[in-house]
Amino acid sequence: MLKLSRYVLYDILRSKVIIVYTLFLLTVSFSLFQLEENNSKAILSLLNIVLIIVPLISMIFTTIHYYNSYEFIELVVSQPLSRSRILLSEYSGVALSLLSAFFMGVGIPVLLFSFSETGLALLFTGAALTLIFTSLAFLAAVSARDKARGIGVALLLWFYFALIYDGLVLMILFSFSEYPMEKFTLLLSALNPIDLGRIFIMLRMDVSALMGYTGALYKDFFGSGTGTLYTTGIMLIWIVLPLLLALRIFKKKDL
Amino acid sequence: MIRIEHLKKRFRKLQALDDINALFSSGQVVSLIGPNGSGKTTLIKSILGMVKPDSGCIYVDGKPINGDPAYRGNIGYMPQIGRYPDNMQIGQLFSMMKNIRKAPEASLDNDLLVKFNLVSIFDKPMRTLSGGTRQKVSAALAFLFNPDILILDEPTAGLDPLSSELLKEKIMQEKKKNKLILISSHVLSDLDELTSHVIYLQEGKMIFLKDIATLRQETGEDKLGKAIARVMRGGKKEALWIDEVLAVKESEKLP
Repeated sequence: MLKLSRYVLYDILRSKVIIVYTLFLLTVSFSLFQLEENNSKAILSLLNIVLIIVPLISMIFTTIHYYNSYEFIELVVSQPLSRSRILLSEYSGVALSLLSAFFMGVGIPVLLFSFSETGLALLFTGAALTLIFTSLAFLAAVSARDKARGIGVALLLWFYFALIYDGLVLMILFSFSEYPMEKFTLLLSALNPIDLGRIFIMLRMDVSALMGYTGALYKDFFGSGTGTLYTTGIMLIWIVLPLLLALRIFKKKDL
Repeated sequence: MIRIEHLKKRFRKLQALDDINALFSSGQVVSLIGPNGSGKTTLIKSILGMVKPDSGCIYVDGKPINGDPAYRGNIGYMPQIGRYPDNMQIGQLFSMMKNIRKAPEASLDNDLLVKFNLVSIFDKPMRTLSGGTRQKVSAALAFLFNPDILILDEPTAGLDPLSSELLKEKIMQEKKKNKLILISSHVLSDLDELTSHVIYLQEGKMIFLKDIATLRQETGEDKLGKAIARVMRGGKKEALWIDEVLAVKESEKLP
């Protein structure tokens, strides 16, 4: 598997997009840490970057890469290699390059300026979100033959998770505000990895004190070891499930 | 070597393959003939596992193909339109293929690589190549691993007369080594000297599979092209192929 991934990685490095992405993240993180006097404030600003930009770039880059390497996939499918191996090498190649870009762009500044529990939580979330949205993008790309439609689906998914979902949750909370919803919102957070990541990091910050009763309940849960386990578990499901679905579709696909 | 049983494939409205049954054994050179869109390429891609049939089964060397992909190690495939990763150089492409197939250097057949003079342009990226050079690369790749089964989809299309002759010579040589060679082509004069069997497809149906001697005897024609034309005229007047030829001639008459 690694053998094929090597060629995928090589191809990605040639396109230089990933280098620009790394430099962008690096500039943003360094300037945030320089501008803000308080490091935890910088982390808060960085949090928004990680929650919005990282999923977006992961999705767009992955879908475009998939369609661009269609020839490569066509070529290796006629070779003695199984389809799942081909897709998994593609996945590991893309995921590896996006992860290393993230760790170089955000990881190094965070470790330099704010080596704390919050900082590590931020890195963990960013890495998990990269993998999750790479999986989701593969699912979108594999199921749509048409390039425009594939990228459209990927963008819609991103919109849903980054913007629409929050609106839906707010609507539910408003209409059922008479009832105790704390446990229920905990469940809702599992349905959106971006939200889950946000809660996971926010509760490690001082700002969580401002969030009232729900915040206290959350802090109780996410602050504990069970909370970390829960977050990791849910994130893992979000990585594996779309990838498995994509594999199933890819295996039955006509090329 | 290849056994096809009740193979069916449907693309939305089009019945690409309709109950194909065939048996190809080693030492045969089988010509796949039929009008455009008659299912030749679909049949070839089904054998390679690139297209998944709706029903029916294909056996290569007695084993059904939808399990282990290892059987493709014994097949050399030259696609109709060779599509390769743009950034990859010819040399890299060959080294990658060797890497995937894990073939020892001594068993490789570099004949075409040398004859087509591809070694001298090993550092050229694939995107800069002309259509004909791509075809040469595809041909060299198909023969490189000395496979027992060769599947060539329109091998001479786009090749200059000299290269086309070289390729035909190569096919003749391989035929003598008791290999199974499947060729699809519209240039019947090319096939004349090579072929031992003819399989004729039309609208996804297999009209006949005969050896060339029988075909010549039945039609009383010596040339393959004339023999096929006679068969088509005798059976199916509506044959698309002839219609197309007539249409072109008709349009030439107009000022």
